[in-house]
Amino acid sequence: MRRFLSLGFVCCLLLSLSLTAQAQTNVTPPDDKSAYALLEALDVDSYRDKGEAITAVLQSDDERARDWLQALLDGRLQRSDDGRFIVVLDNSGRNWPVADALTGEPLGEMSRRELDRIGINNALRNQLRSAIAVVDLYSPNVERRRTSANRLLGEVDGELLAPINELILEEDDGQVRNRLSQAVAIYRTEQGEMEGVEALTGSLHPRARVALSRAAHGDDPVVADAARNALASVEQNLKINRGVETLYFGLSLGSVLVLAAIGLAITFGVMGVINMAHGELMMLGAYTTWMMQQLLPGQPGLALVLSIPAGFLVAALVGVAIERSVIQFLKGRPLETLLATFGISLILQQLVRTGISPLNRTVITPEWMSGSLVINDALSLTINRMVVLAFALVVFAGLMLIMRRTRLGLEVRAVTQNRAMARSMGIRATRVDIMTFALGSGVAGLAGVALSQLTNVGPNLGQNYIIDSFMVVVFGGVGNLWGTLVAGLSLGVINQVLEPWAGAVLAKIIVLVFIILFIQKRPRGLFPQKGRAAEG
Amino acid sequence: MMTQPPSSQFWLTCPFGERATQVFLGVLFAALLIVTVLHVAVPQGSPLHVNAYTVNLFGKYLSYALLAVAVDLVWGYLGILSLGHGAFFAIGGYAMGMYLMRQIGDRGTYGHPVLPDFMVFLNWDSLPWYWQGFDMAWFAFAMVLLAPGLLALVFGFLAFRSRVTGVYLSIITQALTFALMLAFFRNEMGFGGNNGLTDFRELLGFNLRSNDTRLGLFLATGVALALGYILCRAIVTSKLGRVCVATRDAEARTRFIGYRVERFQLFVFVVSAMLAGLAGALYVPQVGIINPSEFSPLFSIEIVLWVALGGRATLYGAVIGAMLVNYAKTVFTGVMPDAWLFALGAMFVLVTVLLPKGVAGLLQKQRRKKTPTITKEATA
Amino acid sequence: MSLLQSLRTRDRVFEFMAPAASPVDVRHGPILYMEDVTVSFDGFKAINNLNLTIDNGELRCIIGPNGAGKTTMMDIITGKTRPTEGSVWFGSRHNLLNMNEPEIASLGIGRKFQKPTVFEALSVFENLELAMAADKRIFPTLTARMTGEIKDRIDEVLETIGLTTLRFQPAGILSHGQKQWLEIGMLLMQRPRLLLVDEPVAGMTEQEMERTAELLTGLAGKQSVVVVEHDMGFVRSIARKVTVLHQGSVLAEGSMDQVSNDPNVVEVYLGADDEEAA
Repeated sequence: MRRFLSLGFVCCLLLSLSLTAQAQTNVTPPDDKSAYALLEALDVDSYRDKGEAITAVLQSDDERARDWLQALLDGRLQRSDDGRFIVVLDNSGRNWPVADALTGEPLGEMSRRELDRIGINNALRNQLRSAIAVVDLYSPNVERRRTSANRLLGEVDGELLAPINELILEEDDGQVRNRLSQAVAIYRTEQGEMEGVEALTGSLHPRARVALSRAAHGDDPVVADAARNALASVEQNLKINRGVETLYFGLSLGSVLVLAAIGLAITFGVMGVINMAHGELMMLGAYTTWMMQQLLPGQPGLALVLSIPAGFLVAALVGVAIERSVIQFLKGRPLETLLATFGISLILQQLVRTGISPLNRTVITPEWMSGSLVINDALSLTINRMVVLAFALVVFAGLMLIMRRTRLGLEVRAVTQNRAMARSMGIRATRVDIMTFALGSGVAGLAGVALSQLTNVGPNLGQNYIIDSFMVVVFGGVGNLWGTLVAGLSLGVINQVLEPWAGAVLAKIIVLVFIILFIQKRPRGLFPQKGRAAEG
Repeated sequence: MMTQPPSSQFWLTCPFGERATQVFLGVLFAALLIVTVLHVAVPQGSPLHVNAYTVNLFGKYLSYALLAVAVDLVWGYLGILSLGHGAFFAIGGYAMGMYLMRQIGDRGTYGHPVLPDFMVFLNWDSLPWYWQGFDMAWFAFAMVLLAPGLLALVFGFLAFRSRVTGVYLSIITQALTFALMLAFFRNEMGFGGNNGLTDFRELLGFNLRSNDTRLGLFLATGVALALGYILCRAIVTSKLGRVCVATRDAEARTRFIGYRVERFQLFVFVVSAMLAGLAGALYVPQVGIINPSEFSPLFSIEIVLWVALGGRATLYGAVIGAMLVNYAKTVFTGVMPDAWLFALGAMFVLVTVLLPKGVAGLLQKQRRKKTPTITKEATA
Repeated sequence: MSLLQSLRTRDRVFEFMAPAASPVDVRHGPILYMEDVTVSFDGFKAINNLNLTIDNGELRCIIGPNGAGKTTMMDIITGKTRPTEGSVWFGSRHNLLNMNEPEIASLGIGRKFQKPTVFEALSVFENLELAMAADKRIFPTLTARMTGEIKDRIDEVLETIGLTTLRFQPAGILSHGQKQWLEIGMLLMQRPRLLLVDEPVAGMTEQEMERTAELLTGLAGKQSVVVVEHDMGFVRSIARKVTVLHQGSVLAEGSMDQVSNDPNVVEVYLGADDEEAA
C-alpha cells in the first residue's frame, strides 16, 4: 500500500517532469544549497522520513535526481567524514573510486572507512525502483524504457493512468507500448473493468494472473465471469508452458545422463566390465575445467573451451592407467573388476579431497553461457543447459562417427560382437581395449567439463552419477549407442515429469522400480543386440 | 575362472563333520570365553583386563562378521555379488530400533506415552500403522527376520525371474540400497529421517547402558554368529549347496539338468537377507543408534571387501575378513582418518588383483604344503 | 514336520525308482514333433520352415554344414531359444514352446552341449549326483541324503564312462575328452526319454569313439537319441536314419547310403568334404 501512496507522489512529479522535458533549455539548475538540503534530508534515521525525502528529491526537478536515487538504491550514495555527499562509482575493490554527488567531479579513491552509507530498507527499495521506473519511461534509451515498463506491471495506480496512456501514444518501441498497455490493463482489471479483462486474455505474466483472479471474485458478475474464462485460458496456456519447461529440464538432465553413460556404455559394451571409477573420471574432467580457469584468470570462456580437449586428455590418460594397472589383470572376472575399480574411485576421491580440498570449487560460467532465453512471461530457457544439451549431441554424433567410420570403430564393434572371433581375425584385442578405454574415459572427462557448468564441482561429483549412468546403459541395451541416447534422454524426462508430482527422492525410486520392471519384459534393454553372439 | 577346492564329503550333510567348522566353532567359543573371563574376572587395573568399551567393540565386529557370512553365502556359493546387503542389515536394525524406541515409553524428552520424540517433534498425533506392534518383543524380533526377508523376496523374485545376474544384478542391488537410503533420509517416512532412531534405554528389560547388558549382547551376537555359520554351512554342504555352486559356475547348464535356478537363487538370497537383518538387529543395541547411513552404497560394498579379503566361499574367511578390516578401520580412523579411504581403496585393488582367494586361500595353501598327500580317495 | 518329511522322502524315492515314468505320451507314435519352425535373428533365418519327427526309441543322426541350424534346433527343443513361428511337441501332450529349460529337462529331455560344460568346481561324483533324476525342487534338494542306491547308481555310471578313479577330482581338471564323457554320464544320470547329443566324439580317441557308438546304440530303443555330429565315420557307424540340414531346413532324410547318394546333399555338403566323408 505504501508503494501505491508513494506512486501518487511520483505522479505529480511526472507531470512536472514532462513539462521540464518540453522546456529543458529554459531551466536553470537549482542551486547546490537546496540540492544539499535535499540530500541531507535523506540522511535521517527514520525510514518514514527517508521515504518523504525521496519523494522530495523526485519533485525537486533536479536533473541529477535519477542518478542519486539509483545510487541510493545500489547503496552507493554515501556521506564522507567531512559531511560531503559522495557517489561511489565502483564498490567492488578495496578502495573505491568516488565522485562528488553534487558536482559530479571525480574525487579519486577513498577507503570505506572514510565513508558512511545511507541505508534503506525493502519498502524504500521498492519505492525507489518504481520511482526510477517512472523517470526512466522518459529516457531516450530504449532498453531503459523497456526495463521500466516491465517494472510497472501491476504497479500502476489511478494517477499514473493518464500519463501512461499518453506515453503509449507517443512511444515508438512496440515492446514498451505492449508492456505499458498491459500495465494499464492490469490496473483496469483490478478496478473490475471489462476492457482490462479482455486485454489480459492470453497474458502469462504472474501479475496479470493476480489481477484476473482478483477480478474473478469481483462484484460485477459479467466481468467476474469473463475474468474466470480468461483465467482458465491463461492456466491452460501456463500448463503448456510448464510442460515445455519440464521437457526442457528433462532433456537437460537427460543430456547429462547421456554424457555420463555413453563412455560407460562403450567400455562396458566392449570389455564387459563396469568401471566404477567412471564417475571419478568425470570428476577429473570437472576439476580440469576449474584448474584451467585458475590458470587463465579473467578468461573463463577461453578456459572452458580449452578444458574440453584438456579434460578429455586427463580423463583418458587416467583411464588408460587404470586399465593397464588393474583391469587387464582381471580379464574375464567382471565382478572383481567392479570391486577393484570401486577401490580406485575411493582413492581418486580421497586424492582430490586431500590434494585440493574437500569443499566444492567454484567454476565460473562464461558470459555467453549465462542468462536465459526468454520465450514469454512464463517460459525462459537457461542458456547453459542449452549449451550442454547441444554439447551432448555433438559428442554423441562424434562418437557415432568414430564407431561407424573409423578403423578403430570397426574393430571395437567386432570385439563387442564376438571377442574370440575378432581376435582370431587378427584384431589385437588388447590394443582395442586400451583405445576403447581411453575413448570411454575421455568422454567421461568431457561429461565432467559439461557438468562443471551445471552443478557444484566437488570430490563427490562423480559418485552421484555412476548408478544413474548404469541404469541408462541397462535401459538402452548394452553395446548400442542409440539406445544410450534414447534411454538417457527419456530417463531424464521421466525423472523431471515425476519430480513435481512425487518429489525428487520418490521420483528416483519410481524410476528404479520402473527399470527393474522394464528388464522383466526386455532383459536386454530397449535396443538389444540379437543373434548367436548375444546369446552366449 | 573361479575354482575352489573340491567341496567336502558330500554325504555329510551334517555340518559338524567338517574340520573347518569344528575349528571355527572352537576358536569362536574360546574367544568368547576368553573375552568374558578377561572382562569379568581380571581386575580393572590389570593390563589383561578387557574393558567394557572393548567388549562392545568386539560385539560390533561379531555382528559385522555375521553380516559378512550372509554375503559370502550369496557371493561365494551362488555367485551373486550383492552390493545392497547393507540394506537388509539396516532394515533388521531399524526393526530392532523401532522396538527399542517403543521401549522408551514416556521417558523421552517430550514425555509422550506412545510417540517417539521425533514424531512429537514433527507434530504427528498418532503412530503410523507400520509402527504398530513394535512394542511387543516377539513381533519386533519376527520383523527383524521377516522385513528384510520380504524385501529380498520381492526384489529377488523380480530380478532372478528375468535372469538378471552378474554386474547387472550388482548395480541394481546398489541402486536398491541407494534408493532406500534416500527414502529413509526423508522425515515423512516416519523413521526419524536424518537422525534415525537413538536414545535407546532397555532391551527386554535390561538396561542398555549397563556393562553386564553389553557383555550379554556380545555373547548373544557370538552365539548368533555360530548359529548363522552352522546354518550356512548346512546349506552349502547339502545338495542344494552344490546346486548353488553349479549355478555359480554354469547357470545355463544347471537349468538344462532340470533345476529351476531362479528359485534356488531366491531361496538362498532370502536366507542371506534374513541373516543380514539379524546381524543388523544385534548391531543396533550395541552401537545405540540406527540411521540411514547404514544404507549407503559405500557400506554395502565394504562388506563385500571383508568377504573378498577373508576369502570367498569359505564362510570362515568372511568372519576373518570382517574382523581384520574393521579392526584396521578402528585403528586407522583413530590415528589418521584421512588415510583410511586410501587404505580401503588400496585394499580393494590389491585383494582383487593379488589375493583373489583371500586370507583363507593363504591358510589353505599353508595347510596343503604341510600335508601334501591328503587326497579324496584316502578319505572316501 | 516328520510326516511332511516322510511324505517328501517317499515322493522322492518313488521318482527315483521310476525315472522313466515321465508323463510323455507316445501312444500316437513320435516322441518329438517339430512343425514349420522358423527362427530369425534380425531378419537372418537360422531355422527356416523346419519339419522334423523323431520316433519313440529312434536313433537319429543330424548332419549338415556349419550354420545349417543344428545347434539352434537343439536350443529350440530345450527351451533356450524361442522360435518365431511353428510348433514343437514332445509326445502328443506337451507343447514345448510353453515351457522353460528346467521344465523341459524334467519332462525327460537331456542335452549334451557342443562345448562340454561341466561344473568345474564340483567333483566328478557331485556332477553326476546333481544330474541324477530326482525331485529337483528346493526343499527336497536341501534335505536330500546320499543313500546306498544313489551311490550304486552313480558308481555304475562312473564305470560306464570310465571315470571311476577320478570320481573325487574336481571336474575342472579333466581333459577335454574326459569332460565329454562326464557330460554323457550326466545325461545318463538324468535318464531322459530323449537325448540330444551335440558332437559327442570331438576330442576323443578312436577307441573312445567306438565306446561312445556302442553306448548310444545301446541306449536307442529304450530311449530316443538325436546325435548331431560332424565326424562322418562316426555317423556311418551308428546311423540308421540320417537327416541333412541345410540353411535351416531339411534337405534330405533317409539311410546313410540314401542320403550320401542324394545329388543335392552331394552338392552342398558331401561334395565339399568328400575325403572326410569317406
